[in-house]
Amino acid sequence: MGKFDFRRIIDRDNNIAQLLIITLVIFATMSFLEPSRFLRYYNFESISFIFPELGILAIAMMLAMLTGGIDLSVIGVANLSGILAGVFFTRIMVAEPGATGLEEVMRVGSGALLAMMVGLIAGLINGLLIAKTKITPILATLGTGQIFVGLCVVLTGGPAITGFPAYWGMIGNGKVFGIAAPLVLFLLVAITIALVLTRTPFGTKLMLIGTNPRAAVFAGLRSERMIILSYMTTGVLASIAGIMLSGRTNAAKSDYGTSYLLQAVLIAVLGGTNPAGGRGTVLGVSIAVIALMLLSSGFQMMRFSNHLIDFIWGAFLLIVIAINAFRNRAR
Amino acid sequence: MRLPAFLHRSEAAVALVLLAAIVIIGAINPAFWQPDNIFNLVRANVVIGIMALAVLLVMISGGIDVSFPAFAAAAMYLTVIAMNHFGYQGVVLPFIAATLIGAFCGLLNAVFIHTFRMIPLIVTLGTASVVRGLLLGLVGTSIVNIDRMPQSLIGFGRSTVSIAGSQLTLMIFVYLGLAVLVWLFLTRTMLGRGLHAYGGDPESARRVGFPTRRIVYAVYIAAGALAGFAGLLHASMIWLANPRDFVGYELDVIAAVVLGGASIFGGRGSVLGTILGVALLVLIKNSLIILRVDNTWQSVVVGAVIVVATAVTALRDRRKAKAGS
Amino acid sequence: MQAPLIELTSITKRFPGMTALNNVDFSIEPAEIVCLAGENGSGKSTLIKVLSGIYRPEQGRLVFDGEEIATLSPREAIARGVQVIYQDFSLFPNLTVAENLALSRFLGEKRQLMNRAEARRIGQEALDRLGVSIDLEAEVGSLSTADRQLVAIARALMSPVRLLVMDEPTTALTGREIDRLFALVREIKAKGIAVLFVSHKMREMLEISERIVIFRNGRKVAEGSTADFTEGSITKAMTGQDIGGERYEGPASDAPIRLAVSGLSVPGRVEDVSFSLRSGEIVGLSGLLGSGRTELALALFGLSPDHGGRIEIDGHAIEAKDVNAAIDAGIAYVPEDRLSEGLFMTQSIARNINAGVIDRLSSGPFVDKTAFSQAAEDTVSSLRIATPGIEKAVGLLSGGNQQRVVIGRWLQTGPKVLILNGPTVGVDVGSKAEIHRQLRKLAVENGLAVLMISDDVPELIQNCNRILLMHRGRLIDEIQAVGVEEDDIHARLKGLD
Repeated sequence: MGKFDFRRIIDRDNNIAQLLIITLVIFATMSFLEPSRFLRYYNFESISFIFPELGILAIAMMLAMLTGGIDLSVIGVANLSGILAGVFFTRIMVAEPGATGLEEVMRVGSGALLAMMVGLIAGLINGLLIAKTKITPILATLGTGQIFVGLCVVLTGGPAITGFPAYWGMIGNGKVFGIAAPLVLFLLVAITIALVLTRTPFGTKLMLIGTNPRAAVFAGLRSERMIILSYMTTGVLASIAGIMLSGRTNAAKSDYGTSYLLQAVLIAVLGGTNPAGGRGTVLGVSIAVIALMLLSSGFQMMRFSNHLIDFIWGAFLLIVIAINAFRNRAR
Repeated sequence: MRLPAFLHRSEAAVALVLLAAIVIIGAINPAFWQPDNIFNLVRANVVIGIMALAVLLVMISGGIDVSFPAFAAAAMYLTVIAMNHFGYQGVVLPFIAATLIGAFCGLLNAVFIHTFRMIPLIVTLGTASVVRGLLLGLVGTSIVNIDRMPQSLIGFGRSTVSIAGSQLTLMIFVYLGLAVLVWLFLTRTMLGRGLHAYGGDPESARRVGFPTRRIVYAVYIAAGALAGFAGLLHASMIWLANPRDFVGYELDVIAAVVLGGASIFGGRGSVLGTILGVALLVLIKNSLIILRVDNTWQSVVVGAVIVVATAVTALRDRRKAKAGS
Repeated sequence: MQAPLIELTSITKRFPGMTALNNVDFSIEPAEIVCLAGENGSGKSTLIKVLSGIYRPEQGRLVFDGEEIATLSPREAIARGVQVIYQDFSLFPNLTVAENLALSRFLGEKRQLMNRAEARRIGQEALDRLGVSIDLEAEVGSLSTADRQLVAIARALMSPVRLLVMDEPTTALTGREIDRLFALVREIKAKGIAVLFVSHKMREMLEISERIVIFRNGRKVAEGSTADFTEGSITKAMTGQDIGGERYEGPASDAPIRLAVSGLSVPGRVEDVSFSLRSGEIVGLSGLLGSGRTELALALFGLSPDHGGRIEIDGHAIEAKDVNAAIDAGIAYVPEDRLSEGLFMTQSIARNINAGVIDRLSSGPFVDKTAFSQAAEDTVSSLRIATPGIEKAVGLLSGGNQQRVVIGRWLQTGPKVLILNGPTVGVDVGSKAEIHRQLRKLAVENGLAVLMISDDVPELIQNCNRILLMHRGRLIDEIQAVGVEEDDIHARLKGLD
């Protein structure tokens, strides 16, 4: 693996170049319009706490799209993970007065493992329905997503679960060497998934399966197993996002982050993922999530309401679709 | 064993399941048979049913639509706000306005799906966000409640006919009337048959000379129009207009259409099947209480119904694929 | 002499990276049966699409009935009487026969409403005109291929057609069905309709046409009255070279048996098939489409888990329960449709070559990049794949090079038995010879047993030791290739029904 050559990355994928330009334009525009508030350190710091949840969900969405699928259940999985962890902390392994720090860390660790098990099992169910029963991914994950949301409602009865341990809050609000803990977690996840996709046999096979599922069968790629594994990975990523969300807000609820679903799809597509399968990079998705975060933080400073920011995200998606359509036509 | 031909149609299967569900629920709790309960169920069919007709059109074309709840909310809220603004009391004009607003939103879908050739799911996610965002961000977020709701709409929405001492909403006839219109469109017009042809094989439809562009535009505009109409109808039936309404409807409606036998790959689906699918979904959702199941289980049950129904369909299609070709 | 019905002059149509039609002239007269011949990729299909208004040529003149047309739209083409029956028939599987027939008429009349009774009447008339009976209320998806073709022909003849174009109409038909089709074509001609028959089967061209036009690499290379052509001269014009050459000798008759199949059955597809292949043998497998030859291959490759019978490799029974079991047992399969089943078009050549051995080219959790590139480079050079680099997308290669990529993939898994389904379909002539040469080399040097499924009789005779014929799921004949002539095999195939 030679030294990091930026030019080569851009040459290989001019989508990345386009994204970088978009990001720079957004950055420059916002800096120009709101220099006093936008360019403050505090602004970037708060972005670094908020965007990782969404970034991880978008990477999860990209993984599902790589095989030509989609996972509409990610939000359900994220919330279910947070809620089950909450149930675990408040009803099963309740904090003991005078517990040592180590015991608390153990407790938080088991909660996190439990939450990720939720994602693993949810992903396994999705994968089995899609790869074995051959249900279209849209419908399968629409249905399971509804079930997961339903289980959230059943578990909480409606209101949010609160009372997470202090260490759990650190995952969402803490700092590691002065860097936001969620950002550190995001970087770990992003680098891991990027390595998995570009360097491992699993990633290579996923790309091939996504490019041509039929040829994958004839090449003996064990597509079913790979697709199930990819949805399991998606599920685990969704539950990591759920952990971060519940950690940051110190609460878990059945309808948290519902607007994240659209945003995750948007970021994945914007990041150069082909929803028909076979193409997508972690780098693209990461740049896209940062671009959109800069965009919405800038608009927030200009006192745009959250609803208008939803509008801008949707409009952004449609504009990018239009631009790509024109670019493909020109080619 | 060979079944009679009509039983091979997916409508027959849905009808049988629906019948079985009615008998079972009625047996568990005879309160089910009270006219009030049955009329309430019928009432709950109306709005979801009209939206399901919209989704049916889109699905026959081989697409999928998750934007109709946003369109319905926009058409409803804008119309009601405008009526209040102008102090207008009437029924026909507002419904025309709501339908047109929906149709305009549908046009937006058509442009992106046909002209820019993007996957319908992603386009409609985007347009939903755009429309809902504009509505809430620019028009307002406050609910128009019964005090400020135009009386003409309330009067229209509450019109009923008395049967056996219980009130059956007349809106069911509006729904069935629209269903007949959609059915006539699908089976008796060239555009409707072209829609089936396009959904069956878009490339061939182009070659044979079907106006594919017009078909795609017609489908999404009609779907938007139906959604807009359903939105205002909903407001007049519940006597309030909430711009945040219809969130999550896409799940129920798509589930109902799939239950009714429409194929997500296009080319297949019927109005009768959709009506039955809607009836089945509404029945299951609304009978949990009668079955003494806690209402918090509603989403789980609906999700399970979607998964089971799609799994059965997928298995059936695979068996068919094996037997054929 | 009459004025031509259609006259195209100096038509050029380019696509990114290739010129599909290069300065081509073409004309057809009323009630003329013309055969358009050429190998895959020669420009035949492009010409059809120009005629039917789907493609707009960059340059050239289109004259219909002496009237020049600036831009021909599909609608305009239909209005002027051009009807094309594509290989896939362009029918709607989810609609009934009556609707499939009547809808295009209604479209032509710019109707807005659909009248079912009238559709049935129109459908009945259309079928009566052809003298065939098909259930009008049946969904087209449930019909046999021959019946679907009849529906497509009936549909085409409903409009005021003046030129009927048929793209490879005989591919999926049995001998008797072909005879019936030809009789129909002559009737159509008798009505004053011109027929453009697109084919690459020489016997059919000579039997049905009055004039033959031959394309090669986007150019018209020969044209003339059918009487002036022989099979040899057509082939030469199509391929640009004489065929013939040496026949494959094959191994000694006591070479060890690699693959032994006994009593293989796939429910409803293949019945009780038994044969064996020796190391170094190339054995042909032919038969009509739907004869079960592809299903036989798929069963050997583990894609029909419900098959019965016994498969042995090197004397050991194997369980072909899925693709990976078959691959592990040493079976490799080059599928029929390279584009949809063989290749990952937008992925790199290296990935396409190594797709079957990714795990083996890994160390620890990661793919070993050096080994990965090396394996791909080795395959590229040993199979002489012409490419600027292994990182280029495989979709950029020519058909012949793409096919070598698929073959190369299988050489990496170390197979004992190589099954190729249509190994040179859509491959240009030079590449074809090279692929044949390499297959022979693999058989001789690596001791592979090769099963070659093909329609191309000269290819079979030239490369195989024996040729197996299948019909209706059964193995009906085994022909020693030594001394056999093409005619013998054609006669055997033609007699099947």
